[in-house]
Amino acid sequence: MKNRSLLLKILSAVLVFGAWEVAGRIPVSYAFPTFLESMSSLLRMTLDGSIFVAYAETLKPLIVGVAISTVLGIGLGLWIGLSEKFEWLFSPIFIVMQAAPLAALIPLLVMAYGIGLTSKVFVVCIMAMPVIVLNTSGAVRNTPESLKEMGRSFMAKDHHVLLKIIIPAASPVIFSGLRLGVSAGFIGAILAELKITPTGVGDIISYSRSIADYPSMYAAIFSIILLAVLFLNLLEKIENILFEGNDRGYVTD
Amino acid sequence: MSQTSQAFVDAHPSAQDNAVTVRGVSKNYGAVEALKNMSLEFPRGQLTSLLGPSGCGKTTLLKIIAGLLKADSGEIIVNGKAVTGPGPNRAFVFQDFALLPWASVLRNVAFGLELRGVAKSEREAKAEKYIKDVGLAGFEHSFPHELSGGMRQRVGLARALSVDAQVLLLDEPFSAVDEQTRRKFQEDLLALVANENKTFIFVTHSIEEAVYVSDQIAILLPRPSRVHEIIRPSNFRAKGIDNIRRDPEYLDIVDEIWASLRNYVE
Repeated sequence: MKNRSLLLKILSAVLVFGAWEVAGRIPVSYAFPTFLESMSSLLRMTLDGSIFVAYAETLKPLIVGVAISTVLGIGLGLWIGLSEKFEWLFSPIFIVMQAAPLAALIPLLVMAYGIGLTSKVFVVCIMAMPVIVLNTSGAVRNTPESLKEMGRSFMAKDHHVLLKIIIPAASPVIFSGLRLGVSAGFIGAILAELKITPTGVGDIISYSRSIADYPSMYAAIFSIILLAVLFLNLLEKIENILFEGNDRGYVTD
Repeated sequence: MSQTSQAFVDAHPSAQDNAVTVRGVSKNYGAVEALKNMSLEFPRGQLTSLLGPSGCGKTTLLKIIAGLLKADSGEIIVNGKAVTGPGPNRAFVFQDFALLPWASVLRNVAFGLELRGVAKSEREAKAEKYIKDVGLAGFEHSFPHELSGGMRQRVGLARALSVDAQVLLLDEPFSAVDEQTRRKFQEDLLALVANENKTFIFVTHSIEEAVYVSDQIAILLPRPSRVHEIIRPSNFRAKGIDNIRRDPEYLDIVDEIWASLRNYVE
């Protein structure tokens, strides 16, 4: 069973990359390189180290932003889920944040915080935080009443109910919010580099496009997608370690 | 507990020893009267059923005894002390089992002890004993979603037994399990009442079940909620569990209860 699902994953990868190779060879567009060209570009950038220099720049706002969004987002989400007053106060902010077209807000952020790291971290947070907050608060509010009642009937103190019942019960939805939030954070990090100042991976993408080095452009895009997938897998591993009973299998790995 | 009620308990060592006494309890949900001036006594070491049509307030009364709900007036006395909230002398078995889906059977059974701060090795040893007692040996490390409905309720029962409370409160514990499992549960419950020296308060909507398992049946009627009648089956209990269901007294009581409830069932 385990082998078979691995086989299916490899088959799916071969199909996608094969289609990419074929589309690149036709070619569907002058600006669309083949899979092999892109991979050789990626290999070249890896060997000369330029991809690592780029990621050192890109990962700064990404990691800071995702870390802030995770800690603050889960904290606020728990609070909003537990307190009705707090929900009225803060929930609208995150709903507006989630609905706002971010690209249109970037000029405002640049005016307020300049073109440095601060603005980029803001972009990542605006992308990542709302879904984390809203998922966490929704999950907390939907804790089964009978589980809380069970806790109280066995004389649980309030912090026991929170730590041993509410948070584990909410954890699958909190983690699905984290997965969505982290993916959005990746989008935010690249968007910031394309829209604010071209640095890191965003710089490789826009520079290679401007000199028509399409294989490098696609290699950069491919690498960021790969990184995002690996990160989501890591997140799932963390979830399975923290909350053993949640493990019913997801499709991301 | 007020001094007057303590004096009352001391001054009247009544012929029967009551583990739980409900005195003049009322409870309203907004304009709806769920319970009105209800008084009931639950003899120690026996099983008392609360039986009645839906909406008669039997689960509300059980949750007030558990301390999960506050009564608007009146008082609950458990072992001579007035109830102000959940306490170590009562344990609850839930209709929907209320098991932690992310925790193993072992942790679920030990959860009541975990909340009381009992050390891990001690509470797991105790939990293992009760898991064996309810017939789930070998399932300690299974998760609730891997068990059948009947087995899940056995976990709920083991959890309630493991905290060693004198009073067990069972809220329609067998209503979510199939008929055959239910019969087995009823037989096991009789054995438990005979062996454990605990007081059981059992909410059910099944007349046959109430008559089969109870030492005392309190018939509750709704709108406004009140105790209609208290029935104490006397003869068939000693004749062995295989003969209860064809005993004339058993059949008479079932018919009699249905006759008095019939008009209240929509």
